[in-house]
Amino acid sequence: MTAASENVATGERKIMAVVKADLEKCQGYANCVVGADDVFDLGDDGVVVLLRTEIDEAERAQVTDAARSCPVSALTVEDA
Amino acid sequence: MKQTTVVVGASIGGVRTAQGLRSAGYDGEIVLIGDEAVPPYDKPPLSKAVLAGTAPATELLTESAAAQAGITLLLGRAARQLDLAAGRIVLADGEPVSYDSLVIATGARARPSPWAGAPGVHVLRTLADADRLRADLRGGGPLIVVGAGFIGAEVAATARAMGVTEVTLVDPVPVPMSRALSPEVAQRMATLHRDHGVRTRFGTGVVGIDEHADELVVRLADGSALPARVVVVGIGAVPNDDWLAGSGLVIDDGVICDPHCQAVRAAGVYAVGDVARWHHPRLDRTVRVEHWTNAVEQARCVAHNIARPAERRAHDSVEYVWSDQYDWKIQLAGRTGDGLAGVLLPGPGDSFAVLYPDGDQRLTGAVTVNWPRALVAARRAITARDPLDQVGAAIGALR
Repeated sequence: MTAASENVATGERKIMAVVKADLEKCQGYANCVVGADDVFDLGDDGVVVLLRTEIDEAERAQVTDAARSCPVSALTVEDA
Repeated sequence: MKQTTVVVGASIGGVRTAQGLRSAGYDGEIVLIGDEAVPPYDKPPLSKAVLAGTAPATELLTESAAAQAGITLLLGRAARQLDLAAGRIVLADGEPVSYDSLVIATGARARPSPWAGAPGVHVLRTLADADRLRADLRGGGPLIVVGAGFIGAEVAATARAMGVTEVTLVDPVPVPMSRALSPEVAQRMATLHRDHGVRTRFGTGVVGIDEHADELVVRLADGSALPARVVVVGIGAVPNDDWLAGSGLVIDDGVICDPHCQAVRAAGVYAVGDVARWHHPRLDRTVRVEHWTNAVEQARCVAHNIARPAERRAHDSVEYVWSDQYDWKIQLAGRTGDGLAGVLLPGPGDSFAVLYPDGDQRLTGAVTVNWPRALVAARRAITARDPLDQVGAAIGALR
């Protein structure tokens, strides 16, 4: 029995990963926003804003792809 | 029996394909082959911070990250030949590598010039190129940059930042970055370079570079001659598809692929990045795009198509590219050249956006300078084909 199927049974949303942003590295290229606009946005200063930091397993691949599309490697997705 | 995917080429397209296969749930073997002996590194900084010497190369995939993801790295090994019928490639040292799926990500190289090989004459494509050019530029100018495209314009800007005093940008077309920028934006770009002390010789080409005992002389079509200590030739790139000649793949300025980025009439063979010429669904023609973001998005598409063949996707991207020159962060999305007429929107401070409508007055492209939020809005609007006046109002409201 995996954690994910237990979640379905209990209706709980298990946090599988955490998104981190290096605001010093960010240059406002915005590929992350195009890849996952429910997690990433840009502020008025053109620097990334994390709309939330916790993501679950179902969205992990998409958010990881979005993080890997950062030209300056400012984003990481790590196990929670 | 486990499947094997072999990725040939360890720049951004190849590395992201290998990583993307794992993210997409692929559980077969992954072999990533690169012709350079150094760990995979990122190319955009080579004309900027890496050239200036203010930042080290950005590693794309460390040995430990590769091991953790179950990616076998073969570095310093070029691919020489593809045997489609046998399902294998042969490396330069003669070793065969068999595949179930093959991803061609061999990129592009600097377009050859008649002047290659002369001391002091450079191209800029690899980390080794950047190291050589940096060493030469530290001895000072004069620097002549032949070709005012992305690479040439960035090298000129970086050289000025390094303190090189005599920098001249030469191009036969009347303005810099003329393929990507419309004339009015390109004209601003030319002014930016002149304001930073770069001399420009636009509208005249180079007919020869002469080697003298202690200097180079660059001869122009208008009869003038410019002395130089260092010359950088940035006149475009050509795809590294030569090794596939005779393989049976269809090659025509890149590996010809269908909308799924699979090589035509070659099941299981894909191409990504600068070497791929795929049938773009939205444009309804084949295109080859030499931009970083395209390679990343195409890698994601191909990784998905290999890992989940029952749910194949087409690569239907909106082009996006950036350039950093002096204090300008230039970002381009969609169609921005092509003789389109743009609408200028001033932004906060000295920033601005130029929006390009298609014949139906819907947004087809945008250029922004120092205004990332406007670019994000424009990228979304290009994908949605929003009406120009609606996009203009939305971006105006960001000021």
